[in-house]
Amino acid sequence: MYVPNPPRVRQQMLAELGLKSLDELFADIPEQLKIKGELQLEERRDPLQLQRELAALADKNTPAGTRPCFLGAGAYDHYIPPLVEQLLLRSEFFTAYTPYQAELSQGILQAIFEYQTMICQLTGLDVANASLYDGASALAEAVSLAVDVTRRRKVLLAATLHPACRQVVQTYAAGDRYQLVDVSAPRGVLTVADVESLLDKDTACLVVQHPNFYGCVETALAELAATVHGAGGLLIVVANPVALGLLKPPGQLGADVVVGEGQPLGAPLSFGGPYLGFMAVRQDFVRRIPGRLSGQTVDREGRRAFVLTLQAREQHIRRARASSNICSNQALCALAATMYLAAVGPRGLHSIARRCHQLALYARQRLTEKGFELLFSQPFFHEFAIKIADPAAANRRLFQQGMIGGYELPGALLLAFTEKRTRAEIDRLVEVLGGEMA
Amino acid sequence: MSQLIFEKSVPGSNSFALGLSDLPADLQSDIPAAMLRDEPPPLPDVAEVEVVRHFTALSKKAYGVDDGFYPLGSCTMKYNPRIGEWAARLSGFTAAHPAQPADQVQGCLELMYRLERLLCEITGMHRFTLQPAAGAHGELVGALIIKAYHTARGDLKRNIILVPDSAHGTNPATANMVGFKVVEIKSDGRGLVDLEQLQKAVSEQVAGLMLTNPNTLGLFEENIGQIARIVHDAGGLLYYDGANLNGIMGVARPGDMGFDIVHLNLHKTFAAPHGGGGPGAGPVGVKDFLSQFLPVPLVEQKEGRYYLDYDRPASIGRVLAWHGNFAVLVKAFTYLLGLGAAGVKEACQNAVLNANYLRRHIGRLLPVPYDRLCKHEFVATGKELKKKYGVSTLDMAKRLLDYGYHPPTVYFPLIVEEALMIEPTETESKERLDRFIRTMQAIVQEAAENPQLLKDAPRRTPVRRLDETAAARQPVLRWHPEGAVK
Repeated sequence: MYVPNPPRVRQQMLAELGLKSLDELFADIPEQLKIKGELQLEERRDPLQLQRELAALADKNTPAGTRPCFLGAGAYDHYIPPLVEQLLLRSEFFTAYTPYQAELSQGILQAIFEYQTMICQLTGLDVANASLYDGASALAEAVSLAVDVTRRRKVLLAATLHPACRQVVQTYAAGDRYQLVDVSAPRGVLTVADVESLLDKDTACLVVQHPNFYGCVETALAELAATVHGAGGLLIVVANPVALGLLKPPGQLGADVVVGEGQPLGAPLSFGGPYLGFMAVRQDFVRRIPGRLSGQTVDREGRRAFVLTLQAREQHIRRARASSNICSNQALCALAATMYLAAVGPRGLHSIARRCHQLALYARQRLTEKGFELLFSQPFFHEFAIKIADPAAANRRLFQQGMIGGYELPGALLLAFTEKRTRAEIDRLVEVLGGEMA
Repeated sequence: MSQLIFEKSVPGSNSFALGLSDLPADLQSDIPAAMLRDEPPPLPDVAEVEVVRHFTALSKKAYGVDDGFYPLGSCTMKYNPRIGEWAARLSGFTAAHPAQPADQVQGCLELMYRLERLLCEITGMHRFTLQPAAGAHGELVGALIIKAYHTARGDLKRNIILVPDSAHGTNPATANMVGFKVVEIKSDGRGLVDLEQLQKAVSEQVAGLMLTNPNTLGLFEENIGQIARIVHDAGGLLYYDGANLNGIMGVARPGDMGFDIVHLNLHKTFAAPHGGGGPGAGPVGVKDFLSQFLPVPLVEQKEGRYYLDYDRPASIGRVLAWHGNFAVLVKAFTYLLGLGAAGVKEACQNAVLNANYLRRHIGRLLPVPYDRLCKHEFVATGKELKKKYGVSTLDMAKRLLDYGYHPPTVYFPLIVEEALMIEPTETESKERLDRFIRTMQAIVQEAAENPQLLKDAPRRTPVRRLDETAAARQPVLRWHPEGAVK
């Protein structure tokens, strides 16, 4: 269907090869291994049928775009400035390969360099890579880095970490290079007391999410950093980049590595992907950071230029001794994030974060007026959990009333408030939830 | 000299801001002041028009498949039908939240379910996970499954993964990540896995063999039946690196060859764009006896409704927070529905036709060390040019930039000196291939007559040859106001 050579031209090419049929091109495949007849695939659609069918399939969903969405839990319904989508559609960007041929890829390499800088600016750390698959796998890579750097095996994970992040780290841990230890946080945030007794000479790192899975701001980050550093371990913070428009950069609070899910920066929900994992580290770990790095250099005329650098860390050179097997990353999503951050600018990101936070404060005020109790009474950014006897039933009712409810926890509902929500939508949420008391 | 977005910053010029006017003014935050930023993040402050111009200018210094020929071996840079891009942008897909209950996202789940069936049929496997975000991510899943399988059988001695010397670098790196020792298997004189070597290498310590077929020389491993027997008889599993599936799809299936696990690169064979480095998608398929180990969740169907099944106790777990790079799955699904069975085979046949056509003609200019029927790619060598004129394969690649081409993959596979790995794919016309052949002819002639021309290349790109050593020796990986280069 996308083969430009008509049959006559193919015959001509075959003739030049001394062949009569296309089948002869496969003479090197043993007969018994060849497919007999045709594959049993779905019937070929013509372009019109194809568009109709895909549109119909998309219409079988009832997505966030059609109704207010209070579902977050790591994937957020944020506003995306139209210029992001429109510029991303420039095919020089989205149909390009990894920029190994630097002279032909300066646009992509410069954008990555700018992305790296912006991630450093948000996180308060020195070096960022060109992105990883998503926040959860970025955390797994960060843990591996901490284990390598410290040559220790014990990894402490806050219980307030996103459960899927924990599961991904658990999966990556199957290589037996480290052991995971959960740190309980009965008050909904981690305190030094929760951690102290678990620290020892084998502790590679402590992982804290901030704001955490329950939406709470981890107010003791600086103390936690000092404590874990005192024991010779590293502090890894999993951060929400939009929250960093309002919150102090974790790097300034003592984090050694900051990773996170970059989806809130200009990537649509897209049923979970593609998203992007960002990672920033202290300068000392620059030769250990996984994935691609765009570095500044000069061309032979002395002009500033960019190139993928420190490739000696990578799989295509070090092979079995590489620090990670990352090859493809999420360059286009990183580009979207760069465009997003440039489009909203410093005050814009701050205003977005502030609006998220204020909407959440408003929702808390209204919900508590109605008698709802918070699962944890801690400061939060734009997400919090309320106690509710039957969260699934509440969500069903919200859906019937035209809303996508929250993330269901045992006896609680985790509600997210992005800048796209309005006071009227929150009033409606509270009204419908009002009859569903804990 | 191109300016960075930071250097275009004029404080106060970006007027984007969201208001709070619809909210009560007395909402007090209880976040401690010590946790708040002292000032807004130090992002560039640039007006919208300049943001748009900045990224438009950057796009003009990039080169995609839509710009021209991209014969990048093993990367399969084929044309990505626009209809896939359209489909992935349908708001019914882009606005679906991954944690919405199944009954609200039946369209997404149905697409995943049907895509899984299509991939199973194309590869001859029984189940697929669509979760891995890239080929190497898929390899990780595969290696974890190999480990889980042996562990579940109590066969704990198996700590070795065999990898041919022509393998992609990700294979050994992946095996290492999962805690396997990597043992390399040499290629024989014909560029295929050396059966004798393999027979010697297998033991009760071998967990599996990772193989690409067709291999990175573009050659079909004719002895794949014997290879599978040797590995299986020794108790190991056979892993298929799907980077080169474009050379056999619709004609032969890894599952029928004895492979137990495969990963596919949807951003190669299945025409989803590569995005300048990603996102891709690397689904992993397995035979029935391994399906219990696949990552959770899998999409299941019951009475016409689709749902996510998390209840799989033997699963290796998750490798991504959600369900995979869904938008990439939409593109691959759209592509496959547009092709149908005949189209899949036609794509493969023409990829192989184009590759052999180029091999025949390029082979007259540059020797092809393993010069016989190839699949979707072949490897030529610039060894003689280097000896005669001092011109390296890298010089040739850079000269191709001046002629408006993306060069082939160079210096890979490692077993061919001064390698030039060429993969035209099926979406190039004969006319375009002929033009490329003429260009290569011109370059080879230039190498003889004026080698300096190649060593000085490129001249027509926004920048000329770069100092990569300086970049690595003193890495500058971010912009600093004070460190800006003028």
